[in-house]
Amino acid sequence: MIINHPLLGPRDASEFVYLGDAALMKRPDWQADDAAQQFYEYLYLRDNIAGQHRELWYHEQGDRSWLVVTRNTETHEITAVELARDVATREGHAV
Amino acid sequence: MKMTSQIQQVNRVSQGLLNNNTEQSLSFEFNGKSMTGYAGDTLASALLANGEKLVARSFKYHRPRGIFSAGSEEPNALVELRKGAYQEPNTRATIIELFDGLEAKSQNYRGSLKYDLMAINDRLSPFLSAGFYYKTFMWPKAFWEKLYEPIIRSSAGLGRLSAIEDGDSYDKGFLHCDLLIIGAGPAGLAAALQASRSGAKVLVADEDFLLGGRLNAENHGVAGAAGHEWAASTVAELNSLPNVRIMPRTSIYGSFDHGIYGALERKTDHLASSGGKPRQVLWRIYSKQALLCAGSTERPIAFANNDRPGVMLAGSVRTYVNRYGVTAGQKVAVFTNNDDGWRTAVDLSDKGVEISAIIDTRDKAPLAAPKGAAVMMGGSVINTAGRHGIREITLSNGQKVPTDCLAVSGGWNPNVHLTCHQRGKPEWQDDISAFVPGHALPVGMQVAGAANGTLTLASALAEGHAKASEMVSNIGYTPSNSLAPDSNDESCAVSAFWYVDSGKDRAWLDLQNDVTVKDIKLSHQEGFRSVEHLKRYTTLGMATDQGKTSNVNALAVMADCTGKTIPETGTTIFRPPYTPVAIGALAGRARGKDFRPTRLTPSHRWAEAQGAVFVETGMWLRAQWFPQAGETTWRESVDREVIQTRKSVGICDVTTLGKIDIQGRDAAAFLNKIYANAFAKLPVGKVRYGLMLREDGIAMDDGTTARFSDTHFVMTTTTANAVSVFRHMEFARQCLWPDLDVQLLSATEQFAQYAVAGPNSRKLLQKIVDADYAIDNESFPFMACAEITVCNGIPARLFRISFSGELAYEIAVPARYGDSLFRVLMEAGQEYDVVPYGTEALGVMRIEKGHAAGNELNGQITAQNLGMGRLVSKKKDCIGNKLSERSALNTDNIVELVGFRPVDVTEMLSSGAHFIAIGAEASTENDQGWMSSVCYSPELKMSVGIGFIQNGSQRLGEKVRAVDLVRGKDIEVEITSAHHVDPEGERLRG
Repeated sequence: MIINHPLLGPRDASEFVYLGDAALMKRPDWQADDAAQQFYEYLYLRDNIAGQHRELWYHEQGDRSWLVVTRNTETHEITAVELARDVATREGHAV
Repeated sequence: MKMTSQIQQVNRVSQGLLNNNTEQSLSFEFNGKSMTGYAGDTLASALLANGEKLVARSFKYHRPRGIFSAGSEEPNALVELRKGAYQEPNTRATIIELFDGLEAKSQNYRGSLKYDLMAINDRLSPFLSAGFYYKTFMWPKAFWEKLYEPIIRSSAGLGRLSAIEDGDSYDKGFLHCDLLIIGAGPAGLAAALQASRSGAKVLVADEDFLLGGRLNAENHGVAGAAGHEWAASTVAELNSLPNVRIMPRTSIYGSFDHGIYGALERKTDHLASSGGKPRQVLWRIYSKQALLCAGSTERPIAFANNDRPGVMLAGSVRTYVNRYGVTAGQKVAVFTNNDDGWRTAVDLSDKGVEISAIIDTRDKAPLAAPKGAAVMMGGSVINTAGRHGIREITLSNGQKVPTDCLAVSGGWNPNVHLTCHQRGKPEWQDDISAFVPGHALPVGMQVAGAANGTLTLASALAEGHAKASEMVSNIGYTPSNSLAPDSNDESCAVSAFWYVDSGKDRAWLDLQNDVTVKDIKLSHQEGFRSVEHLKRYTTLGMATDQGKTSNVNALAVMADCTGKTIPETGTTIFRPPYTPVAIGALAGRARGKDFRPTRLTPSHRWAEAQGAVFVETGMWLRAQWFPQAGETTWRESVDREVIQTRKSVGICDVTTLGKIDIQGRDAAAFLNKIYANAFAKLPVGKVRYGLMLREDGIAMDDGTTARFSDTHFVMTTTTANAVSVFRHMEFARQCLWPDLDVQLLSATEQFAQYAVAGPNSRKLLQKIVDADYAIDNESFPFMACAEITVCNGIPARLFRISFSGELAYEIAVPARYGDSLFRVLMEAGQEYDVVPYGTEALGVMRIEKGHAAGNELNGQITAQNLGMGRLVSKKKDCIGNKLSERSALNTDNIVELVGFRPVDVTEMLSSGAHFIAIGAEASTENDQGWMSSVCYSPELKMSVGIGFIQNGSQRLGEKVRAVDLVRGKDIEVEITSAHHVDPEGERLRG
């Protein structure tokens, strides 16, 4: 596969490390009343999507960017690649 | 050509397309017999030229087998090529280029090829039908290990490995192109020519060494020249263009995502020796567009005893006579269901070969038969005779025809394989009775020529030309106005005729796996209805040829059984590789030590010169211990290193620990998130132990972090986790807390670091630390850190931390000073009898001191288990703190890290032992925990350990058993503090 890195252009997938569902970026609020339940769901419950999937890839053999890659799990077509940092900032969760 | 060799080569009827400049014939050896051939021959064509019919034994029944095809689809003629370290099993004689001195042997026989002792299997065939493994070796159970498995193992497999390391090297490479053309037959060459004129960057790959595909095997004309001449001049023209790269001997073996193709280029397989150059190169090709022009593969017709040497594919017989000037027999019969088979008769007859009969399953002859050939229309071949090669055929009218070669054609199957590597499904095309590529092609791929079901020449040329124009314009080039090369379409009508009822006799479908028509019917009868099940049950289509000549015929038999059509029956899934790829090529340079390169610390050479024994940790080579003269066991060396360090001073290379530089206004806040314990208030000039949790509350790694300024920290990680911790921290920084102003940098390789431990460590360091820096106990107490200079101005970082439990420091210098610093320290330490110590002594001292390491942080252990539950801050958000509160991780009965000593001090503990109450049965139910690390303590003069036991902190002084069923040990131990040495920590603060 080829991942079109937003800063470095098309790079071979072998340069990356795969983590999984981009929902891992939405870490719950530790002070919420049901924080334990929220953290359990955050860490263990994942959708196993046949189709468009937003997922995290790390450019370990490159510039160390974490990327959010939108990939169709059925065809491997990649329709969007963004810096995870931009996504996290935009989607603005608690710091 | 020399006359002498021609006399030997009884079946050589002309020069074919062989190299005109060949003065000398090539000599080679097959099964120890010397023969000759010519440059441009394959081993198969040379064997046929020499009249060698019997070349192999079949896999299961050990039936005599001969050359069946003229290409990579060959199921029979697998040989062991070369000798010794260069021996390669299962190479196809049909694609081996002949070279002078070639040596090859048949495989899969015992005794001699002609009188194979294993041929008894053929007589046992009623018992060896489909699924016989599954039926026969079921019972009795006890027979499996002692009888069945050894027999199966010794009979299984085709060729044998030499068991000597491959003497050749292999390489890998990357190529980029606008248009990849797979196959250089008529469609591929027409496409390459047209695409090259647009200026696009074109790459043409073909598995053959002579480009042109079927043009070299036929007598068709193209653009006013003989087909093979047009191919040669087109290749020459393409080779002269800067935007075209032509790769002969290169098989595209797989189609992968996003226009990536795998290719295997055979660089030196056609030479007697690789001469030290890479034998094969595995290419990864990145293409914008790819045009598949892989041609088609002929399929046979099944009938009784259709596997005898001399029964061959008709198109291949034609290839041998036209391209190599070799006839596969002196009296050839043709059995066909299509027009193409007739051309074999015509071309052979033109070369003066006698055609004994043409048998066509259809009613109407498409061409005039050559002179002297008996023609039987609407008939078939129902049997053959001949022990080591075909001698006679029996026709459906009962007539017997003497023949020494039967050319069979059942039609042509487009080579759709690469169109299916991404789960595309081929579609059935009735007029050619074959599967063609489906509509869901890999992105960027198109298909032209015979691979697309366009089986005739002029149409294939036109299609290649047109597709090339379309594809280059897809990627922004302007196609030229030139026309496709001119030619004619030959007749190619075919009827759907698959197999002749063979009665009690066996009719072969898959020659490589010995699968017969009867096997397919049996498997259907036994309930294997899916084509994928059929494949696994009968082994149809497995092994090196992957059923290239057998699959479609078998589907036809299966369709007959089920009453379905062939497309309804479906195909098995095509997967890479298209043709076999040697493991050596896939490995490339990553072999032996290069599979996992080791990293060396700056003082490695020094340690090597001392005779250190090394161990691999996290890809680093670390000194394990330093044997001295007279020491005969590792324990002697390790004990000495420990004793000397604890008595005076020792130095250990700890460069391999991960070092992460953390800077930024929010660096402290960031560390507070990463570590479970508090870090925000760590004063400048201090070091703190940090425990890192995974989000699930399990310990991930530990280490120390030093603060050099408000905005600058330096973290150490364990050697093994340096990479994963860094990745984890980058995840936290970019994905979880992007607003924090913090930057991370791996500095593991930038600094060499040494632990200087022992009561004299301060005195030793004072000799090299520059006078500006005071390191006495008051100025530089336990857990202090500072940026200093040593040896007159060399920048260094000094940490007063201790893993050994002694007064100890770690000193880091830029890596380029590492080797020199180590030597300076050793020299300065002479007056204290300084000793270098390795990882074993390091391990002994940390176990004596009760420090957790990799054995303890095994991915199951929480802070609570380590006795550090109170360290996990409840006042801040950090990774893992929430889920570490889960009730199951916090029961009254969780295991806790404590120390263990044998009650009988002469006993040696073993790690991995489990703790069982005295008198209880050693069972899982009674398991109370496990010993994680043990060592011999030179200080206590006994074996000591640390480990996890339920509620351990409350059970000090209690006795349990350490049961190690693997090593057969059952030792009574006392639960103690994990700190076997200096539990009060007086030494390290001294």
